[in-house]
Amino acid sequence: MNPAESSRPRRPLSPLVWLCLGLTALVLWNVVSNPAFLAVTLRDGHVYGVPIDIFTQASRTMLVALGMTLVIATGGVDLSVGSVVAIAGAVCALTLGHGAGLPLTIAAAIAVGAAAGAVNGLLVARLAIQPIVATLILMVAGRGIAQLLSGGQVLIIADKSFEFLANGFVLGLPFAPLLVAALFLAAHLALRRSALGLFIEAAGDNETASRFAGLAAARIKWLVYVFSGACAGLAGVLTASNIRAADANRAGENAELDAIFAVVVGGTALTGGRFSILGTFLGALLIQTLATTMYYRGVPPAVAPVPKALLIVAVSLLQSEKLRNRISALWRKPRKVAA
Amino acid sequence: MPFGVRSKPTRTRGRALGGTNLTALLSKLGVTAHRAHRRPQIVRDAVGNFPNRRLAKSSFHCATLILPIMNRPRFPLFALALLAGVALIGCSKSAPKLRVGFAQTGAESAWRTANSESMKSEAAKRGIELKFSDAQGKQENQIRAIRSFIAQGVDAIVVAPIVETGWDPVLREAKQAKIPVILTDRTIQTSDESLYVCFIGSDFYEEGRMAANWLAKHVDGKGNIVELQGTPGSAPANERRKAFADGIAKFPGLKIIDSQSGNFERSTGKQVMQAFLKKHGKAMNIVYAHNDDMALGAAQAIEEAGLKPGKDIVLVSIDAIGEAVKAVAEGRLNCTVECSPLFGPKVYDTIEKIRAGEKVPKKSFNQDELFDSTNAAAALPTRKY
Repeated sequence: MNPAESSRPRRPLSPLVWLCLGLTALVLWNVVSNPAFLAVTLRDGHVYGVPIDIFTQASRTMLVALGMTLVIATGGVDLSVGSVVAIAGAVCALTLGHGAGLPLTIAAAIAVGAAAGAVNGLLVARLAIQPIVATLILMVAGRGIAQLLSGGQVLIIADKSFEFLANGFVLGLPFAPLLVAALFLAAHLALRRSALGLFIEAAGDNETASRFAGLAAARIKWLVYVFSGACAGLAGVLTASNIRAADANRAGENAELDAIFAVVVGGTALTGGRFSILGTFLGALLIQTLATTMYYRGVPPAVAPVPKALLIVAVSLLQSEKLRNRISALWRKPRKVAA
Repeated sequence: MPFGVRSKPTRTRGRALGGTNLTALLSKLGVTAHRAHRRPQIVRDAVGNFPNRRLAKSSFHCATLILPIMNRPRFPLFALALLAGVALIGCSKSAPKLRVGFAQTGAESAWRTANSESMKSEAAKRGIELKFSDAQGKQENQIRAIRSFIAQGVDAIVVAPIVETGWDPVLREAKQAKIPVILTDRTIQTSDESLYVCFIGSDFYEEGRMAANWLAKHVDGKGNIVELQGTPGSAPANERRKAFADGIAKFPGLKIIDSQSGNFERSTGKQVMQAFLKKHGKAMNIVYAHNDDMALGAAQAIEEAGLKPGKDIVLVSIDAIGEAVKAVAEGRLNCTVECSPLFGPKVYDTIEKIRAGEKVPKKSFNQDELFDSTNAAAALPTRKY
């Protein structure tokens, strides 16, 4: 054996492998207890079943997490997405209430989200405020803005075409997951088939170095916050459409934490400089599968957070390179002695 | 030049502060018309023809000072406010009003906002002077508010305590000042029950019991129930769960087959219901939700599964927010029990009784009402929240 080859460090396993393992284990655990878990049937001309529910419910987290992925890839974080979801929902209710059409409503919600993101980006990229602090401002103030827009009420939205966005079916398939999947595909192509993804990673890895290399690092950072805001705006549309109401108080509650979890589990580094779009997709799917599992296994609500915490700890441990090295060192030691 | 001495001489101050006079000041404020060269010819003539030149001059000066003020666009508003202020001072001096201090928890929910609104509007209706304090969810703010009420010497103090403990010192101060204290909505733990006169609350247990009784009658004591709980550990969730379980215990045909938390939220309620629909299918025919938001979310999930909420699956919930009462009238929900935030009338009645020297019960509850298909449509126009 070539000694140089054996001493070369083994290529670390992709974090996606561990994510897929966790997801599969979770699904298997459900199927064992209830074989109908994966059953998908046709009802009223569209698909019906638990997996469909999981995809539909996860689509909103996925969307928020997509924007969050790029923000985290630049070494930042966007805590304001939950509040932006609430603001966008309130904007939807108001524009529809004033008789605007569906395209205008969606455009308004996304524009408001992008504007919120632009404010965040301005604070972070141009004024060099710590991302946590900069986005915390809008996270706190945003709820207030949403409450102000909705007058502190839950605004009911009675509009068939608006309901379709989150609850409708295209060719028997649910519309919202299709839309989100298309967005993920578009994002993947735009980021990986062009230099854009590399630019974002470079700006996240070392802003100064990337600027000297000729990148407009500050502008890239600003743009990812705008993108994150726009994603949260669209997620707000889906959230409002799902419950046919704009709930300024509760909509998007803890959305930022779920999104960050999905992103980090998906293998994007919190320190910036590395991201995985597919990982984020699977991470969001994992969270929703876990929530549905709780309902299915009949875990008492008071202890439901415990399994969730355990899973998060387990996935984080599996992804820790240090821990993996230690464990593999335990196995390898006897072999070395034998040699 | 020695160290520490500024090289530039200190600038002499300009006219801006030192050299101003009244004319300049007035002209800055927009009162420019009394400058002599701006006087119109007719005024100058009038002054010239006036018998007493000095009187004419001074009255002219007065007029030129006042007229520009009166000509300003917001003058009518200002005058009105001034008049109203004078009237108010006159009134309050002529008839001493009942003065009540209310230490509210905050404005965290629509229920709470309606609660504050009821206290304010009822006070206005009865001519009671209400001193309202919003504690923004902090006990220390409430304690500070109570102390300031005591200092102002109000006639009664109403508190919606945020937490149960830590009230003894401030309530003792109120007692020493001989100001009666009334607790609303939530109760406190104290070693000395004489620190407050009475407690007026919403009875979460009673609401759960009413829902259970209505349901047992409606379905003839038979059915499989799924429960959508509120936030785990919260008082309304605990009480409503216990009361409902106690209420249906008398009916062996009624069973709770599954129970999950919908977090008092519409979207989570819907999500849990979607899971229940797939897990239990036709085995369940009743949903009991701890609040209306979750029930409305569940109704949507049922509709999307191709069933009819209110017919295929019976929905019972609590709170009676306007939207839920409307849903009951439309037949999408079957019943909702009111947890009324409208405390105003009962609280002020109690205060007036206390002042009249009457005895009031130590613990009483705001009247809860139940809405089903028989009375929802009629009650709809009068819903305030």
